[in-house]
Amino acid sequence: MECVFGLVGNGFAIVAADTSAVHSILVHKSNEDKIMVLDSHKLVAASGESGDRVQFTEYIQKNVALYQFRNGIPLTTAAAANFTRGELATALRKNPYFVNILLAGYDKETGPSLYYIDYIATLHKVDKGAFGYGSYFCLSLMDRHYHSGMTVDEAIALVDKCIMEIRSRLVVAPPNFVIKIVDKDGAREYAWRESVKDTAVPAA
Amino acid sequence: MSIFEYNGSALVAMVGKNCFAIASDRRLGVQLQTIATDFQRISKIHDRLFLGLSGLATDAQTLYQKLVFRHKLYQLREERDMKPETFASLVSALLYEKRFGPFFCQPVIAGLGDDDKPFICTMDSIGAKELAKDFVVAGTASESLYGACESMFKENMEPEELFETVSQALLSSVDRDCLSGWGGHVYVVTPTEVKERILKGRMD
Repeated sequence: MECVFGLVGNGFAIVAADTSAVHSILVHKSNEDKIMVLDSHKLVAASGESGDRVQFTEYIQKNVALYQFRNGIPLTTAAAANFTRGELATALRKNPYFVNILLAGYDKETGPSLYYIDYIATLHKVDKGAFGYGSYFCLSLMDRHYHSGMTVDEAIALVDKCIMEIRSRLVVAPPNFVIKIVDKDGAREYAWRESVKDTAVPAA
Repeated sequence: MSIFEYNGSALVAMVGKNCFAIASDRRLGVQLQTIATDFQRISKIHDRLFLGLSGLATDAQTLYQKLVFRHKLYQLREERDMKPETFASLVSALLYEKRFGPFFCQPVIAGLGDDDKPFICTMDSIGAKELAKDFVVAGTASESLYGACESMFKENMEPEELFETVSQALLSSVDRDCLSGWGGHVYVVTPTEVKERILKGRMD
């Protein structure tokens, strides 16, 4: 089951997602990147039905880019979150997207922020959030260890604690995770946490 | 589980002497899981009119955006704020438009009329208005709220006493409901000022 979680620290926001692409009992691949870089200072960590996930996040990414081209300035994180919610809400009663999203961003004026957007378009600004079966472990761990203004090292230690807990306590635990960070210097990949590596394919 | 109980909510509005109070709980949940403890259910439409929306959070957010849009248009055309009775009729009409595919919300409307006379009303998810002279309730804790308000309510309470009454009624009712709680948010509105207070209750 897909696990996505994230938290806000001192001047940054971090999101982590598992990296298995699963179809019923088969694991297609274990290095699927579910955290999309929306623009220079935004990350979208999405979980849910894989087709909807890719289609919807790419749609949001292209529309956010279009806004920047048309208006010359990028959207704020709050605006991007509200746009995403609006698209999910409009589609909800016609052709719903089964995608849960954690949108992390950094704005110069307001600093880092994290938005919880559920598949039925419930939007809420949070300090820590999680989706999936992993959330039952992560949210409690984060409630215990999180405090506002954490440093990157403290936040990564907490993320690692959550990953360890998911690996040891979830019956169909995803083995690999990707961690991405967004701060004043932009959105970028921070690390992978792999316990199962794909074997290298020999060249023809 | 009913769709109205998906997120969990508790709302109450009470009439005092030339004033009213509107209060809500602060929990945002997804069935058994608590996502946030600072969710805003009550919004200001204008200085003398407040709207609380219980039920499904995504529909509450969509409905709030539609109502603010309609009220802003009204303000532009009429060059004045909407009366509470008029606003209640607007909400009722908007809800009935979706009679066969409704918004899963129960609104609570509270405002001060032209002569500073307090007005409260609630309606069901398809817009059946329920005007009351004393108090109105909505949400998953509504049955407990009916009992608590009926026993604690007195006519013509001053703002301070009204605040105490509404707070006690809210906190004691949400303590019997697992889907609502995690504190309270109370607005006491008189012709001259709006007092917003956060209550700390049982944080479970």
